[in-house]
Amino acid sequence: MKIIIFYFIIFLNLSSSYAAKKNIDQNQIYKNLRCLVCQGQSISDSNSDFAQTIKLVVKDLIKQGKSEKQIYTFMADKYGDWIVYKPQLNKQNFILWVLPYVILLGGGLVIFSIIRKKRKKF
Amino acid sequence: MLSNLGNILLFINVFLSVLIIYFASQNIKTSGNSISETIYQTTLLQTTLIFGCFFTLVAAFITSDFSLINVFENSHTSKPLLYKISGSWGNHEGSLMLWVIILTIFSFFFLINNKTHPKNYRLFTLIFQNIIILGFLSFILFNSNPFTLISPAPKEGLGLNPILQDPALAIHPPLLYIGFVGSSIYFSAAMASLITNYSEKFFAKSIKNWVLISWVFQTLGILVGSIWAYYELGWGGFWFWDPVENASLLPWFAMTALFHSLIVLEKRNVLYFWVIILCLLTFVLSVTGTFLVRSGILNSVHTFANDPNRGIYMLSFLCLMIFSSLFLLFKKYRKNNYNINFNSKETYVLINNWFMLFYLLTVLIGTLYPIFTDALTENKISVGPPFYNTVIIPVVVIFLFFMAIGPNVKWIKNKFDNLISLIIIFILALIINFIIVYFFKSFTILSNLIIISSLFLIISSLIDLKKSLEKSKFDLARIISHLSFGFLILFIGLNHNFSLEEDFNMKVGDTKSFNNYEIKFKKLEVKNFKNYKSLIGDLEIKDKKMSQIKTLNPEIRIYESPSTLTYEAAIKTNIIKDYYLTMSNIDRSDFYNIKFQKKPMMFWIWVSCMVLAIGGFLRVFQNAKSN
Amino acid sequence: MQKVIKFLTTLIFLFVIVVFYFSLNKDPSYQTNSLVGKKLVELNLESFDGDYSLRTKDFKKNNFTLINFWASWCSPCRVEHPILMSLSKSKKLKLVGINFKDKKNNAKKFLNELGNPYNLIAKDEIGKKSVNFGIYGIPESILVNKEMIVIKKFIGPLNTRDYNEILKIIN
Repeated sequence: MKIIIFYFIIFLNLSSSYAAKKNIDQNQIYKNLRCLVCQGQSISDSNSDFAQTIKLVVKDLIKQGKSEKQIYTFMADKYGDWIVYKPQLNKQNFILWVLPYVILLGGGLVIFSIIRKKRKKF
Repeated sequence: MLSNLGNILLFINVFLSVLIIYFASQNIKTSGNSISETIYQTTLLQTTLIFGCFFTLVAAFITSDFSLINVFENSHTSKPLLYKISGSWGNHEGSLMLWVIILTIFSFFFLINNKTHPKNYRLFTLIFQNIIILGFLSFILFNSNPFTLISPAPKEGLGLNPILQDPALAIHPPLLYIGFVGSSIYFSAAMASLITNYSEKFFAKSIKNWVLISWVFQTLGILVGSIWAYYELGWGGFWFWDPVENASLLPWFAMTALFHSLIVLEKRNVLYFWVIILCLLTFVLSVTGTFLVRSGILNSVHTFANDPNRGIYMLSFLCLMIFSSLFLLFKKYRKNNYNINFNSKETYVLINNWFMLFYLLTVLIGTLYPIFTDALTENKISVGPPFYNTVIIPVVVIFLFFMAIGPNVKWIKNKFDNLISLIIIFILALIINFIIVYFFKSFTILSNLIIISSLFLIISSLIDLKKSLEKSKFDLARIISHLSFGFLILFIGLNHNFSLEEDFNMKVGDTKSFNNYEIKFKKLEVKNFKNYKSLIGDLEIKDKKMSQIKTLNPEIRIYESPSTLTYEAAIKTNIIKDYYLTMSNIDRSDFYNIKFQKKPMMFWIWVSCMVLAIGGFLRVFQNAKSN
Repeated sequence: MQKVIKFLTTLIFLFVIVVFYFSLNKDPSYQTNSLVGKKLVELNLESFDGDYSLRTKDFKKNNFTLINFWASWCSPCRVEHPILMSLSKSKKLKLVGINFKDKKNNAKKFLNELGNPYNLIAKDEIGKKSVNFGIYGIPESILVNKEMIVIKKFIGPLNTRDYNEILKIIN
């Protein structure tokens, strides 16, 4: 257990320092944009005319110094939220992002309570 | 002719199911602990006839009997025999036939294989299973009949979508269906167990092999589906978190949780209701998945033709299933004593279930959320790979540690006497990880963690393997499965981390250079084949470091029946990595989009997934032996 | 406590099923209709002959403008062309055509053959400019008002129903 806790602390520290260093990877962005004219394909996977154009625009936006997040916002602004594969954390998508963690915590609590009940009896 | 035969057989099967339900309920009332011969015979007849019915459909496909709409829409005379046969289950109506067959076979074998269990429990299982069979038979008859005629009969069929003409995809549906339709039998058994109060560890014994068998096939089905996606879709990935893939993954999580809990129920006689819930959940998820895929309410790569009536039928069936099982569960539920110690194997199994349910619910929420936002707020959103990766992957890291430690913990009460060895394993995993990172010079924190944790699991499983070989007390099935799961995650981690991807717009004769590679577009040929025309590119990949040259030939195929364009990836596989090259035309220009990908460890991903399933098979054999 | 859990579980399942039921009759394919009501900004289009650049102020003169994206290689564009021709007769509506990923000569041939309904023609040779309008395939048409706010989007070729709808809006 201790190892895991220790490990998790390292993880949290490192991941926060890591986030700052990251530079923009265009393939990553293509993968996170949905090709609107295809069935369930990303811009990266698709060779449609539309995907080609979007790739060009994304390249331009990167050149203009836009951040990854700004590019997603730009695309969502033009084509609607449907185009981004990673739903933004906002009021509407709050449940989507938070519920899994609530379940994770809740499940842990249930297990904990089952085990504790037993302990009290002794 | 075949159409009539098929329809008659379908009707007889409906009749037989009703008959079985009737006989079984009569038999329940009698005293004594034997099931009447008539029931065995009727069940045998039912199984035989449903096979007859299925073979009638296959025969129609083989002989290209286009008087059947289904054959007309999905087949073609010029198609190879294998794909004529697989075409019979590659469509909605035909795949329902496969459903009913599997429901029936499982029903039959469950009946004849569990003779040591009480009569009423077996009979109720039979009744519930036949109710499900009836539900699907009437779905086939009234909504999705593969034997529907078309008149006048066309001379030629429309053909099967060429990307579905693939050996992997020919066996993918049967494997997957054995998996998630197979889960129906423990749904029925759980219902029967609730009604007859047959709850002890013997209940666990009666279903555990069925759970394992369905799990093995589900695993193989998912594997084959991924392999197909990798080779055929030409996107270079093997898992896309597409709703349809998710639908097959949901029951898999539930099954995995279930057979771990079953061990506890069998050994310690606790967690009964939890096991029941998982049994019910697995099949409910299977049907929900099918509903989502077939009703067309999701936008996905593999959409079947959209038909709201079909959706309504399946939804009512689902509704009936959910509420009847909830009703029964709530009625029979009583509080029980858990009697579980903090540091015991039971706790670790619970932890497994905890994580499995977390994965399950996360995937479920991600899949359903767009439907909900669309229905409630009219706003369509996409939930794709980035969501699942951010939420799930960090949790996998912790899960792998538990998975390594859990199996060695003793039942009831355990002492941590192996702490030192765990620390040593951990340090070893760290060292190997840094060696990997040092040599490949690429890392993200998360992928480091994935590699470390999977190494931790691998090393501890290897130590277990060594110990069990010394002691001759074998738990080989578990060790193999845990070990290969560790490898699976490790290879996926490596693959994700060290993949390389570049794309260029090139003309014939162009050469492009990137990283350590050089790519040369040598020529383009047009060839005519039996049922398609093909543009074959001839490209050379040069690894500058190793001064190796590989020739790859990606294709663009133009099929005539039905007229479609497909892109065939050229893949060079070796032990360590795959080169993956796709070529596609750019409209209104003579440039081609050439996409090069280096995918490390692909071969090992398939192998470890395969071995994972083999572990399950081993356990089935062990169980059969010990009985 | 147990009762509450039972009740909640039933409720959740019921809710999911009801949502499924209502979703069944919805079209799962995506259309950019959610963009109606948005304001178009940052327009900078080169005119067809390259002698003039089209700006936001050009739209402010008319009450309504229909921005139509077309190309000579696009066969549905031929289908909708007669409708555009009839719309061009209306005085309350200006038509701006944006020639999408096309060759100039082919586009000219197309207009000579079928008639030119547009008050202004601009071009988008690479297709990048059209991204600003949220275009993902042609033909597409966007009806905007004076303030450049999108009133209606038409995806795919315009038909007579769309024609009547446009007339209704502008009158």
